[in-house]
Parts: sequence; C-alpha cells; structure tokens
Amino acid sequence: MNMAFTGADWLALLAHFLSLSLLAIGGAITTAPAMHGYLVDEKAWLTDSQFTSSIALAQAAPGPNVLFIALLGWNVGMNAGGGIQAGPQAWWMALAGVGIAMVGILLPSTTLTFAAARWGHRNREMRAVRAFKQGMAPIVIALLVATGWILASSAGNPLEHWRPWLLTAVTTVVVWRTKVHMLWLLGTGAVLGALGVL
Amino acid sequence: MSQETANPLFDTASTGHLPTSKTDLFISFSILALQGFGGVLAVVQRELVEKKRWLTRDEFLEDWAVAQILPGPNVVNLSLMIGDRYFGFAGALAALAGMLAFPLVIVLVLAALMGGVSDSALVQGALRGMGAVAAGLIAATGIKLIGALRGNPLGVPVCWTLAVLSFIAIAFLRWPLVAVLFGMGSLACAWAYRQLGLDRESGDAA
Repeated sequence: MNMAFTGADWLALLAHFLSLSLLAIGGAITTAPAMHGYLVDEKAWLTDSQFTSSIALAQAAPGPNVLFIALLGWNVGMNAGGGIQAGPQAWWMALAGVGIAMVGILLPSTTLTFAAARWGHRNREMRAVRAFKQGMAPIVIALLVATGWILASSAGNPLEHWRPWLLTAVTTVVVWRTKVHMLWLLGTGAVLGALGVL
Repeated sequence: MSQETANPLFDTASTGHLPTSKTDLFISFSILALQGFGGVLAVVQRELVEKKRWLTRDEFLEDWAVAQILPGPNVVNLSLMIGDRYFGFAGALAALAGMLAFPLVIVLVLAALMGGVSDSALVQGALRGMGAVAAGLIAATGIKLIGALRGNPLGVPVCWTLAVLSFIAIAFLRWPLVAVLFGMGSLACAWAYRQLGLDRESGDAA
C-alpha cells in the first residue's frame, strides 16, 4: 500500500481518535465500527485484514485490549511510510502512528475519568454518589457474566460446538472455586485449541 | 469471609494493605497487565483484591462501576483511579504507565514479527482455545463479585432482578451496552437513592 501522507492527514488521524474517545463507553472496542468506516472505507489508510488482525492480535496478547488502537496507528504509519520493506523511515512513521492513535483515544477519556473519579471519591458520603455506586453494582456484575457469555458465543451454537463451551464452563468454575493461576488455564486452552480438540 | 459486615456504610472500610510507592504501583500494574491475556479485569480482581488486598471486594466493585460507566478502556480507567487514590496524579500516571508500557512493547514486537503467521491453523486454533478460556475468566470474575451484593441497599430480590434482566438484555437480546448501562442503571440508581433515604430515616428514628 502506498500513499502520500501529509501533516494534515496526521492531524485528521489524531482528530478522529480524539473524537471517538468520549464515545467509547464500555471500552474502545465499542467504537471499532466507526474506526473501520473511517480508516478502511473512507480513507483507505488500512486494509480490511490489517484492521481485523489488529483486533485479534491485541486480544491474544497480554494487556488491555485497547492496544488494538496502537496497532491501528502502527499499521497506518507503516503503510504511510511505504511498508515494512521501506526501512527505518517506515518504522518511525509507524511509531508516530502509535503515539498519535494512543494519545487521541486516551487523552479525553482519561482526563474525564480522572476528574470524575476524584469528585466521586471526595463526595463518597453524598447520598447520590452512594446510590450510583450501590445501584450500579448488580448491573455491572451482570455485564461481566454477559461479556463472558458473548465471548463464549463466538464459538458458535452451544449444542453444535459444545467443546469450547465446555472449556468456558469448566474455566468459570475453576476460577470461581480455586486459586489455580490463570496462565495455566490460558495455556491449556491454547494447547487444546492448537491440537484441534476444540 | 467473616470480616464482612451487613451495614453498607462500613463496606468501604479500607483493608490496611497499601501500595508502598509509585514504583510499587508501576511494577504491580505491569505484572498484572502482562498476565492479562484476553482481558485484564479478571487478573486485576484476583491480584489487587484477593492477593495484595489493596481493595476490598466492595471497593473494587464500586470503582469498577465508575470505570465502566465512564468512556474509555475500563481497566485503564480503573488503574488510573486506583493510582490516584494512593499517590495522586503521579500515582495515576504510574499505574497507567504500568498498565500500558510493557504490553504495548510486546504487541508491537508481535506485530512487527508475525505479519502473516496469525493465519496458520495452529495459531488460529490456539487463539480460539484462549478465547474460550478468557470467556470463563470474565464470567467467573462476575460470579465472584455476587457476594458483594449482600448488604446492598437495593435488597437481594431487587439486585437479582436487575442483574438477571441486564444479563438477558446483553447476552440474549444483544441490546447495546450503553442502553443497558443508562436504562437499567438509572432505574437502579433511583431505587438505591430512595432506599438510602429510607435507611437514613429509620437510622435517625432509632
């Protein structure tokens, strides 16, 4: 992929992530469709497969899933620099892409969180603040379990694809009931998957 | 857990275990971020609540509610809040840096190294297996927090009703997260507000 990338394009990239930051309730991944529309469809700064594999790689690697944004920035910069074969210049462009993407997606939301959390902590005895925290508790718990369900559903219908579902169910019980280290479980999942058992 | 108390006013009592320095924050968050394959939340709960005991389960749940409702990556928000609580702005930056720095390096190295490898059946299979496990990690984290609902001013039946309805809305009806957070959330918060008022009145009367 070869394209001319101007200062205005860098600014547009930054503005795009800045504008999505405060819309990302529930995580940056919720704004992925908007990013796809802009970066892939409208601007053609990224290929479709670069976009999808950025998400898959960030989810498989350790750390917060928001790092897929860093990978999007990396790929945009790399493409702008002429691809990996273009040498050092492309690498610097890729790193600049990472910086711009991460600052854009994080700066507004972390600033808001910082201010709101401080206010909430200072006023934690206030009836409205306590009502918010206590009232949200059952919903937040339900969201976690539902997130597990949705992630498990990516395996397909539980009757047809019962093996990954069974693995999810066993993991749930083991993590809930025991202190087995999570990396053992992830390793077991990786091996079972690689062997084609699932 | 015998130290639990039914009075919601005392649920937020601190545990007495604290991070010792900003470096401690940075290293602790780095270590837990590096263990978080397929999401960091399950690790945060286990490390900070069960092992290090920087937070009680109730404090964790409250902070998580705030981190969830505000925009931005939840675990990033959570690390920022916890860091700020103990060491102010610098602490927030230390925790945030810990959460992001090493994982960022790893993910970039992976991206640079394995452009096309992820298409192989072996890697795809392994990712699928890890995905199934990650689903269980998240679900179990939610289940472990259910105990924190005891003593919630909403009352146990209302808590369960809200939780089950929210689960159905997200998992089966696939409603947008924002709709559930704000729709169910405002109902729940209004009810909690009312209940807290009643508690206060009966407390005054006693």
